[in-house]
Amino acid sequence: MPVIVFSLLVFAVAYAAGLLGAMTGLGGGVVLVPVLVLLFHVNIHYAMGASLIAVMATSSGAAAAFIKEGYTNLRVGMFLEMAAVVGAIGGAVLAAHLQPQVIAIVFGAMLLISAALSYRKRHTEHAPRPPHPWALALRLADRSDGDERSVEYPIYRVPAGFGLMAVAGALSGLLGIGSGAVKVLAMDQAMGLPYKVSTATSNFIIGITAAASAGVYLSHGYIDPGVTMPVMLGVLAGAVGGARILVGARLDVLRIVFSLVIFALGVEMLYNGLTGAF
Amino acid sequence: MARMEQLIGYVLLAGVVASAAVVAVGGAIYLLGHGATTIDYTTFRGVPGTYAQVRGILDSTRAFSGRGIIQLGLLLLVAVQVLRVALTLWLFRRSGDRHFVWISLFVLLGLLYSLLGHGA
Repeated sequence: MPVIVFSLLVFAVAYAAGLLGAMTGLGGGVVLVPVLVLLFHVNIHYAMGASLIAVMATSSGAAAAFIKEGYTNLRVGMFLEMAAVVGAIGGAVLAAHLQPQVIAIVFGAMLLISAALSYRKRHTEHAPRPPHPWALALRLADRSDGDERSVEYPIYRVPAGFGLMAVAGALSGLLGIGSGAVKVLAMDQAMGLPYKVSTATSNFIIGITAAASAGVYLSHGYIDPGVTMPVMLGVLAGAVGGARILVGARLDVLRIVFSLVIFALGVEMLYNGLTGAF
Repeated sequence: MARMEQLIGYVLLAGVVASAAVVAVGGAIYLLGHGATTIDYTTFRGVPGTYAQVRGILDSTRAFSGRGIIQLGLLLLVAVQVLRVALTLWLFRRSGDRHFVWISLFVLLGLLYSLLGHGA
């Protein structure tokens, strides 16, 4: 199809993804690769490259807002990011050596798991127990500014969080996604951080993890200007739009719709991957 | 220090806006010049060096290539992420968090390894 038509259509789709992502807080990026691949028949590698860029863009754009709220924990973020960066580089290199079918299958599985997980309880209360020694040694929970209004929260199971972060990074590099969900999982479920801290900190480090894979993607020629341009601009425009629309607008319905969409896409990706349509 | 953290947030925001602006300009040039060409992204051919390596991207930009300018914008976006880590490192230095200076340095080196070792 003509470049202009392709660009406009992709822009529109990316806009919708950005909008949904911003409104539901569920990261619209994860639908970009499947939609580009299944709907537009874009090769999965180009799709991954474009998606990665979109992740970097939205993460950076939202950073100011998240940091302003004051829940971002730079210490925990940077500490965990050590694992994520290593995972991301590994994942990206792996992606370059895998068949597109395999990537599609992993992607499909990831989407299905995401859809299933979105029904879990947001935050499980932990029985009181001593915080992890690493957290105390590194003073992970202290605010670096000694802010009076800082909330001290105990941090648990640091090694588990670290390990999950490496997985999140690997997924990010392998699939071209942000893995925000896994990161929040690591911080919220494994390490017991308050939910708001988990989401804010996750947002902060997502862009860094994506950049770690970007070098590998770039050198392997995954980041194509023709595909990435409408995706990046569309997602950003959508995210800006989504941030302005009434936040209360039937979020619960949106989340359910989103989960269903993700589920459907997951099935499609899995099916196409298994039947070798790639 | 909370203000310094917020500074990071605003720098990031400015960086994205700048990057998006460059990509938009590149996109406009590209569409004006190639809007009617048929494009097919089904097969993976790999982006040529002109658009995948820093030197090539800079050359293309100088030649006012729409695609080159788009890639420049994307490089800018990646640079913003590196800046994110560098600023955080600086913040830790300012607040005397020696452990985290090292931790941030590790992350920064990882990023640079990926970008310079594998990338351009």
